[in-house]
Amino acid sequence: MNDLYNVSAAPHARSPITTRNIMQDVVIALIPASLFGIFNFGLRALLVILTTILASVVTEYVYCRLMKKKVNPGDYSDVVTGLLLALNLPASIPLWMAVIGGVFAILIVKMLYGGLGQNFMNPALAARVFLVISFPAQMSAFAVEKISSPGVFDFINHGAIVLDGVTGATPLADVKAGATVDLLQLFVGYHGGTIGETSALALLLGAGYLLYRRVISLKIPLSYILTLVVFTAIFGGQGFNVNYLLGQVLGGGLILGAFYMATDYVTSPTTGKGKIVFGIFLGLLTGLFRVIGSGVEGVSYAIVIGNMIVPIIDRVTFPVSFGKERVKVEKE
Amino acid sequence: MGKSTFMGGIHPFEGKDLTMDKPTTVLLPKGDLIFPMSQHIGGPAKPVVAKGDNVLVGQKIGEANGFISANIISSVSGTVKAIEKRLTVSGKLVESVVIENDNEYTKVEGFGEERDYNKLSKEEIREAVREAGIVGLGGAGFPTDVKLTPKNEDAIDYIVINGAECEPYLTSDYRLMMEEPEKIVGGLKILFKLFTNAKGIIAIEDNKPEAIKKFKELTEGEANIEVQALKTKYPQGGERQLVYVTTGRKLNSKKLPADVGCIVNNVASVAAIYMAVAKNTPLIERIVTVTGDAINEPQNFRVLIGTNFSDIVEAAGGFKNKPEKIIFGGPMMGLAMYTYDLPVTKVASSLLAVLHDEAAVEESPCIRCGRCTEVCPMLLVPVGLAKAGAHNDEDKFLAMDGMECCGCGCCSFICPAKIGLAQKILQTKNSILAEKKK
Repeated sequence: MNDLYNVSAAPHARSPITTRNIMQDVVIALIPASLFGIFNFGLRALLVILTTILASVVTEYVYCRLMKKKVNPGDYSDVVTGLLLALNLPASIPLWMAVIGGVFAILIVKMLYGGLGQNFMNPALAARVFLVISFPAQMSAFAVEKISSPGVFDFINHGAIVLDGVTGATPLADVKAGATVDLLQLFVGYHGGTIGETSALALLLGAGYLLYRRVISLKIPLSYILTLVVFTAIFGGQGFNVNYLLGQVLGGGLILGAFYMATDYVTSPTTGKGKIVFGIFLGLLTGLFRVIGSGVEGVSYAIVIGNMIVPIIDRVTFPVSFGKERVKVEKE
Repeated sequence: MGKSTFMGGIHPFEGKDLTMDKPTTVLLPKGDLIFPMSQHIGGPAKPVVAKGDNVLVGQKIGEANGFISANIISSVSGTVKAIEKRLTVSGKLVESVVIENDNEYTKVEGFGEERDYNKLSKEEIREAVREAGIVGLGGAGFPTDVKLTPKNEDAIDYIVINGAECEPYLTSDYRLMMEEPEKIVGGLKILFKLFTNAKGIIAIEDNKPEAIKKFKELTEGEANIEVQALKTKYPQGGERQLVYVTTGRKLNSKKLPADVGCIVNNVASVAAIYMAVAKNTPLIERIVTVTGDAINEPQNFRVLIGTNFSDIVEAAGGFKNKPEKIIFGGPMMGLAMYTYDLPVTKVASSLLAVLHDEAAVEESPCIRCGRCTEVCPMLLVPVGLAKAGAHNDEDKFLAMDGMECCGCGCCSFICPAKIGLAQKILQTKNSILAEKKK
């Protein structure tokens, strides 16, 4: 038998892209935002990040073992979920809550629906929403006490944010209240919020890498952000106020959500047209939540609800095959 | 009007550098020659010789059986040793005429005689093409004379000569274009005799600038011949993509190029038309690329049809190491076989021996990344079709236009989960086609 050569159906060439290196790219892209989060909020942020990643990976492993399924062969999808979840949590969250988040994301949202590729909601965001509903106080505990003359230990523990402290409200809340915000500070990310959402700069750096590696396209993020800008310009009550509009874009979880969560392959449409429709839908929902609703944020809810209409979008935007139009004309 | 490119498509590793700049080596066969009676689409030819008969170079040994069929011509002189089933590249056992070569290469009368095609009628030209056993040499193997007989020949306004050679590794068409371009232009001129309203387009991918230059020089001053450089992208040489980029016209699975006023022929087929009509030489040889990282001296060989592939591998210095896979044709649409003790047929463009089988990977779950949809040149949703196929849901498969799949394999190539999408889709498509036939 050793003299025989391999036989298989064409094609015999395969691209070097694998699920694993796509997921690794997402992890790499999130490194700047994670590092900035740790710089901003200190060791505590690192601890949360490690906790959710560990919780996610262990949950998936244990589930596969107990259910006698094939154990995840290292595709990094569980790491991505854990990391994204951490970036959506405040650094001050009790670690046991972070563990619950990781377990919920992987067990309830991902594995019980059939594992990789089968979940209908973004696991990390669904877990965040679950935690927000379950522990509203801890999930919005952004306040950091200002330390007037911080030592090295204070920096390590609480991050650079202790220099000024955080009063409690996130910049987006100020934006909603009508205050003028320091846009440069918002862009760099030196302010309160969840671990990974604050620095638009760090997030865009990673997004640039994902775009360069063609892991994501601009279709969803751009249509999402533009729709929100247009919506808030019309209904925000502030008119075309650049400070207000950019505050809406940079002040909350929009950049993180638009580039990293809404673009999740599994829970977004597969066609180009569908992606744009999806982005617009998310923009409208987020706008509604932020402007009309009583809350400040809205990205997580918008994406999680948007995830649910993805099958409908996919159906409506189903592409017309090459050369088909002509046949229709002839039939008439 | 032509288009700059088509939608979708991929950029696989080209691998053409291995062979493209080496001149073609002429190789004579060693042992017996095997002529399968089915080297084309359509009915297998009927053997017209018997065991023990003496045959000459250029003698018809298999006769076209039915309208869509092709003659099989002996490429050597010698004795018919057997008429029996033999294994072919397709993996099937096909009735074949086995000829013991007398190494004299005695030709039939009139073989190779010059003929002025200007004096031939259209019918005589078509008859010459049919007698010569010419089929589409790009790989499909559709009988060329049938292609040259559309319902309305005056409605043909484009003759597209396919020199795209978009399959990675293959350079046999390129070597032909570099070494014998005048045969191709000559063949095109013969086609103009059949289609008097047509304009000729010689279409070549822009990774072959030398060939483009050569044809531009050769056709300078010919008002009705255009040389078009195509963007290098697989499957640029696919019939539907080629017609679209050269003429802007769209084909689908229910349409032949002739339905939109086009005749499409591979460069090698056109050269064969020239040889048959102007030189009275039937199709008895072709250029075969022997390449891949397992081959010691990758290069092109001009061989007689019926030659054993093992002779060619030997002439190419044999294997460096034992290859994991041997592919006949290109890596995208070629056929893998467990052996290479097989005869060269009219459509056998190459033998590709690779040390590492890229397709030997485990499938993982679909992550809905949508890459297959992005690269599908037919604008289908491959993963949806594969799923419909897996559920035996033929209605859904048809509703999603699964029958439009051209089998190019772009979806399987690009899939990060390494799912064999093309294979699954083609399985369903072929089973629906087979049911229809019943």
